Amino acid sequence: MTTRWTVLCEQADLIEGAGIAAMLDGQQLALFYVPESEQKVFAISNWDPIGKANVLSRGLLANLKDQWSVASPLYKQHYELLSGQCLEEEGVQIPTWSVKLETGKVLVACE
Amino acid sequence: MSMHTQTTHKPHLVVVGNGMVGHHFVEQLLAQGGQHTFDISVFGEEPHLAYDRVHLSEYFTGKVAADLAMTDGRLYDENGVRYFTNSQVVGIDRDAKQLTLASGKTLGYDKLILATGSYPFVPPMPGHDRDNTFVYRTLEDLDAIRDCAKKVTRGTVVGGGLLGLEAANALKNLGLETSVVEFAPRLMPVQLDEAGGQVLKEMIEGLDVAVYTATATQEIVDGDAAFHRMNFADDQFIETDLILFSAGIRPQDALARQSGLELGERGGICINNDCQTSDNSIYAIGECALWNGRIYGLVAPGYSMAKAAVAHLLGETGKAFMGADMSTKLKLLGCDVGSIGDAHAQTQGCKVFVYQDELTQSYRKMVVSEDGKKLLGAVLVGDNSYYDTLLQYYLNGIDLPDKASSLILPSMDGAPAALGVDALPATASICSCHNVTKQDINDAVCAGALSVGDVKGVTKAATGCGGCAALLKKVVDNELLALGVEVSTDICEHFAYTRQDLYNLIKVEGIQTFAELLSKHGKGHGCEICKPAVGSILASVWNDYVLKKEHIGLQDTNDRFLANMQKDGTYSIVPRIPGGEITPEKLIVLGQVAKDYSLYTKITGGQRIDLFGATLSQLPEIWEKLVAAGFETGQAYGKSLRTVKSCVGSTWCRFGVNDSMTMAIDLENRYKGLRSPHKIKFAVSGCTRECAEAQSKDIGVIATEGGWNLYVCGNGGMKPRHADLFATDLDDETLVKYIDRVLMFYTKTADRLQRTSVWMESLDGGLEYLKEVVIEDKLGLCAELEASMQNVVDTFQCEWKKTLQDEQALKNFRQFVNFEGEDSNVVFVEERNQLRPATEDEKQLIAKVG
Repeated sequence: MTTRWTVLCEQADLIEGAGIAAMLDGQQLALFYVPESEQKVFAISNWDPIGKANVLSRGLLANLKDQWSVASPLYKQHYELLSGQCLEEEGVQIPTWSVKLETGKVLVACE
Repeated sequence: MSMHTQTTHKPHLVVVGNGMVGHHFVEQLLAQGGQHTFDISVFGEEPHLAYDRVHLSEYFTGKVAADLAMTDGRLYDENGVRYFTNSQVVGIDRDAKQLTLASGKTLGYDKLILATGSYPFVPPMPGHDRDNTFVYRTLEDLDAIRDCAKKVTRGTVVGGGLLGLEAANALKNLGLETSVVEFAPRLMPVQLDEAGGQVLKEMIEGLDVAVYTATATQEIVDGDAAFHRMNFADDQFIETDLILFSAGIRPQDALARQSGLELGERGGICINNDCQTSDNSIYAIGECALWNGRIYGLVAPGYSMAKAAVAHLLGETGKAFMGADMSTKLKLLGCDVGSIGDAHAQTQGCKVFVYQDELTQSYRKMVVSEDGKKLLGAVLVGDNSYYDTLLQYYLNGIDLPDKASSLILPSMDGAPAALGVDALPATASICSCHNVTKQDINDAVCAGALSVGDVKGVTKAATGCGGCAALLKKVVDNELLALGVEVSTDICEHFAYTRQDLYNLIKVEGIQTFAELLSKHGKGHGCEICKPAVGSILASVWNDYVLKKEHIGLQDTNDRFLANMQKDGTYSIVPRIPGGEITPEKLIVLGQVAKDYSLYTKITGGQRIDLFGATLSQLPEIWEKLVAAGFETGQAYGKSLRTVKSCVGSTWCRFGVNDSMTMAIDLENRYKGLRSPHKIKFAVSGCTRECAEAQSKDIGVIATEGGWNLYVCGNGGMKPRHADLFATDLDDETLVKYIDRVLMFYTKTADRLQRTSVWMESLDGGLEYLKEVVIEDKLGLCAELEASMQNVVDTFQCEWKKTLQDEQALKNFRQFVNFEGEDSNVVFVEERNQLRPATEDEKQLIAKVG
């Protein structure tokens, strides 16, 4: 099966070292532009399941033991950008999406 | 039909009751590998699996059932434990070793654990079963209370014990006029002595809760002005709409009684030290069990019984239940109460010390042995900072110091004399919820847990009620020190420096960005600890615009969006109103903006107006209007000057001796641009009546006949501290000079997020040293400190005004990059004619209806 890629926004819309929120089929995503990382751009769910609000795009990026994560702006739990795993609560994991930069566009893989 | 159909030949262990203790038993059994020895089934009468009853009241303050849940069933599923909710066991046939369920089904058992808990005692007075009467035990009880409270105005709790006072707090939080009726002559009769009970009563009455002690309710009948009338024995009465019974508990021993197990005279299932009942296949644990003639109505002893029962079932020895300490520390209705050991001084020959201060409503009592060497008990009301130390003396039988009374006397520098953790024996219990000793912590540290977080993970210490967190940190630090491990003062894994080091590096080397600092002095890519700290330092040193491209990723959400994030992801807005002085025109603009955007509006404690509920994309539009009306950003979002509170001073007040209004406004305008390690607040009072409460602020100024008195380094918050008198009778110019120097010295040398009070205490020499630096210029720094501050003052720019002019920065405030629309999870409901965020329950309801 081939992956279907959807254009979310321009690369220029991204903010270096920080997040923005985007909408994909009625679902809220948090996009992070991390030029220092191998992957450059990450997409995770914008929903903080512990704080119970759509705020993760507004959290601070953290690089802990070489893993990229975002600290929720509400109660500061970290979510790994690659896996969506919450570092503080073992049973908590949030959705992530494959995302890439191509010819100045930000593309996300949809099912 | 029989449910006992397992195919293996493991004995069948059945737990009846799935409360906190029943669940803890299962957890402990699984942790010891009990699932390999037994087939396990759990029966609970309630619709939910075990939940945290100790924090039940938080169900009224925003928590939902899921937050209180202790398990979601996964632990059970993963270990093959069968569990049944809504399933009451109604009979035990001990000869056939068989249980009967309410549904009529039967099943066999080999080992039976009764964890049936207790039920609330309702005094059998006439009218006790009228409508609008409740008990306080289950989530269902709380739902019913909440529904009733919505429709009525007055509530009364019968019972002034621990749980009764907690229930009273809940009623008060539900907005009811609240009363407490206690039969005994004082509140908390079990834990407190007469004087302590009296102090607590006065404190609670001060919170507008009516307290009736030595009062017996004869009957409850129809009221005139309210739903009920409670007639008391002495011909007095009160009227109330809702009655909550909290008059103690009774062990739930009906099953045991029916099956002929041995019970106590007044109920409770008799158990031995291994928690076995008179039938050695049956164990009883928790509040249904009677050990040595005693019922324990607290969760910690129940947990200990669960552990003892598990050990016995698995054939371990030396883990029997040997009784439990009933000392308690609580915050009831906001009042600290502590009770340790022999609080009533009943030990023969014991001696008592009492300290009572009616002005600050504090009462402390120590009961010591005849020879004065050991602590036997204590009562504390009003200030629990003395509790931890006293408890350690008590639990560990440590010899008291020569002047034992110093343990409850207020010391001159405010903090009670603490017991060094060095003095604690290895067996000292640090966390009583999970029964973790100093030795356990030592072992964990030696095994490689090198931080408080790691030790918590390994030992579970401080993960129960959390009351031991401070002590745990001391023990961990002490162990690390003893092992020769240097306790790191590094700000995080990216910089091996303190905040003060980073400040100096940035200043001396003229470093302008985080990336530059990281490449020269750090490693990795930064985190949510170092980024905002460096962002704050860059802002205090260079006073650069915080939303510049290279700084934006350093800002916490509040600084990044120049507003305060609230629980639902919306923001609140606090325009600066220097000194709290505002024109009617400006007030109208605020009112109009609030009305146009349906913002919840509140006057803050710092004499500012807070507008809540703005979405991200509304922030620029709103600020456009506010800036046009002459408002500046209030920096309520920043680690910076929040407010300068003031009274009207000599301008209006009959007693004012100086113009506090002008001074407050000037000070606020002078320091409004300063970014500091922690938020700071000021106040200026026009006379010693102190209407602006200046002594509770970082900088407090009080007018005198001779000029101004300056107070420094006080604060409100979690650990309030009065400010210290720094200098007296200052003229305007000297006052400003001193404040410049104190604040800049603080900004340069304090740790990340360190309050002025903690900073001053950390200075070697404290207040005296600060005076030497600031007044006598001991370090020769004063000119430099003043110049740095003058630079901050001169380069001030309103962050919102600047942002509104910056197209690039404004792009930040789009709710979504590819979608015009708002967050559908932000839902408001109306309360008292304003909007507030909907609770989870309300959202579900709205979704259903909508």
